[in-house]
Amino acid sequence: MKVALLQGGRSLERGVSLRSGARVAEALLDLGHDVETLDLGPELVGRLESYRPDVAFIALHGTEGEDGTIQALLELLGIPHTGPRVAACQRCMDKSLAKYILRENSIPTPDWVTYSEAAIRDFGAASSFQQATAKVGLPLVAKPASQGSSLGVKVVTRAEDIPGALMTALSYDSRALLETWISGRELAVSVLGDQALPVVEAIPTENNAYDFEARYEIGAASFVCPAELSDEETDEVNRVALAAYNALGCSGFSRVDLILGEDGPQVLEINAIPGLTETSLLPQAAEAAGFEFEAMVEKILDLAT
Amino acid sequence: MTAPPPPRRSQTRARDLERYASLFAKRTRVMRSSAMRDMMEITARPEIISLAGGLPDTSTFPPEAFAAEMNRITKTAVAEVLQYGPTEGLDIVREQIVKVMAAEGMRIDAMDVTVTTGGQQAIDLITKVLIDPGDVLICDAPTYPGAISTFCSYEADIVQIECDADGMRMDLLEQTLDALAARGRKPKFIYSVPTFQNPGGVTLSLERRQKLVALAREREILVVEDNPYGLLRYEGDSLPTLYSLDGGNYVVYLGTFSKILSAGLRIGWIVSPTPIREKVVLGKGASDLCTSTLTQNFAGEYFKKDRWQEYVADLVGIYRSRRDAMIGAMSEYFPHGATWNKPEGGLFIWATMPDVLDTSDLLAKALGKGVAFVPGTSAYVDGRGASSMRLNFSGVKEDEIIEGIRRIGEVAREQLGLYETMTNTNEMRLPPRPQDPGEETDQ
Repeated sequence: MKVALLQGGRSLERGVSLRSGARVAEALLDLGHDVETLDLGPELVGRLESYRPDVAFIALHGTEGEDGTIQALLELLGIPHTGPRVAACQRCMDKSLAKYILRENSIPTPDWVTYSEAAIRDFGAASSFQQATAKVGLPLVAKPASQGSSLGVKVVTRAEDIPGALMTALSYDSRALLETWISGRELAVSVLGDQALPVVEAIPTENNAYDFEARYEIGAASFVCPAELSDEETDEVNRVALAAYNALGCSGFSRVDLILGEDGPQVLEINAIPGLTETSLLPQAAEAAGFEFEAMVEKILDLAT
Repeated sequence: MTAPPPPRRSQTRARDLERYASLFAKRTRVMRSSAMRDMMEITARPEIISLAGGLPDTSTFPPEAFAAEMNRITKTAVAEVLQYGPTEGLDIVREQIVKVMAAEGMRIDAMDVTVTTGGQQAIDLITKVLIDPGDVLICDAPTYPGAISTFCSYEADIVQIECDADGMRMDLLEQTLDALAARGRKPKFIYSVPTFQNPGGVTLSLERRQKLVALAREREILVVEDNPYGLLRYEGDSLPTLYSLDGGNYVVYLGTFSKILSAGLRIGWIVSPTPIREKVVLGKGASDLCTSTLTQNFAGEYFKKDRWQEYVADLVGIYRSRRDAMIGAMSEYFPHGATWNKPEGGLFIWATMPDVLDTSDLLAKALGKGVAFVPGTSAYVDGRGASSMRLNFSGVKEDEIIEGIRRIGEVAREQLGLYETMTNTNEMRLPPRPQDPGEETDQ
């Protein structure tokens, strides 16, 4: 098959995307496909039209690659692509919208408040921080509405730190969430097709419960797959994760991040196009399910629509 | 005939990684978060104005001068430049290094020079031969981020001494040395870029230079003077190097051709007392046997001719205008409360924003507007520098410098405005602290 591999892009996750892309390219070549690697730029559509791929493999993360921009373009050009389609990408990329949809579908997700920069700047929304704190409690997590990685995420333990944390979050997007901080085990369920892959648990190796940055460092968190959960817990986590995946309209593959607290699993976010690097969770989960990386890539390709 | 298949890297799988994870040395744990490294990846895109690098402008180097040297090598030295060379470096280069250092008022013996693969290897080798894990070393605050990586990789205990407009503060240095001595500890060396410091742009004053050299003698502590930029002075009078004040007893000198000729040649050097030089040569042999004989040959011939000084003079003219363009733009576009220095030379300006701004976050916004800089935290080992940034003016043309600074100023003002909106509105109505009993119930 002729595969256009889209990687790089202009988002802050360009680096991850290039690593994902490099790995996928090797796998596609080994599988015997004809591969054209494309970065995002002015010549993108021209090159897609001259190459005329059978399918586009999207190894992009963050804005433009994961938010439906590229998906919409490919769908317009009539090129099937991997991963979720436009609307699902948009729903996942917008953490606030995603949480509304989860709530409407009775899927548990922590309480939250969304602030837009405009509301704070122009409508005096800062006067409502008191109500926001009352709703979500402390500690809370401030995060940009649309970043995939840990960038811009801060845990707030004191109300007076909310402005600083919001300013940080709003450096990465024009909207930010204040979300209840839930104490619990951090789990990720990757979904491939309609199958939930074995649960991955991220366990911080040091005492850095509030340090979101640290857990993305190699060595600062260890990943256990399959996570050590009881059968009932696993079933419940998978049920919630699949419900979230379906509620947001995902297809192909995606990753659902959850926290398993005292009240059972709650969905934090859904990554439409999770990382495919050596340390990424989807490849780990796929491997635990018996898919070697190449087999996983082939499966993702088969699921392209 | 069909071409053979391209070589493949072996596939790394998750389990393999898990297996290797326990094998990595502690020193492989990097300082900077991976998220930040990823963020810096997009500075490589062509549409980004990068004020983040430390790049010399090589675009004005005359191609015919390059071709002439390469021609000469082709005619006279092919066998030699295709061969290994002595670990300490070729004599033709060491002789020219003597000359280049003389231009900065230093008198050395070519025998004391070890040629290195760039200035970075000079830092690496000196750390390698002097530092055991846990040994204390002292450096500027802020310091060259690339040196921090090296020091960490040898598991040094890094102590940073605050700099002001006159460079490293000697009163704080003395206090620190005393405090360390009281605990029975002594730094292996003091690393400093005393002239047009990277990243601060500041220059150590004459008085402090004398003090530092005197302290080194009194307390028998080595000073490692890293001087990549000394010849790039745009105004003011030259100051004697630490090396020339000390005469090479307690000062080890690190030099490089990267900023006065080419960073691509990868030629730097160490001037050190013989016992240290012998260890450095052993260390270098273990690292890479020798620095490229091809580029050494090129540099050796190039510096024989006096035009190297004309080229440096050209660079000085170009960089001075760029520095002035950057400072002019900062005055116009940076927000009230921001501060910066006007370096007399070198490649960098250090700017500090009002302290509510975190420059790592600001970088995210700036990248969105197509401009990059280095956040200040990368110049410290302890998270300080969060509201500062390093700005490079040598590698970018003036109109781009001005546009880049304008965009940084714009995002900084936006963020400050937002913060003010939140804190002013909120000042009288801060939410109750959670420990205040009973107040949350009626909301």
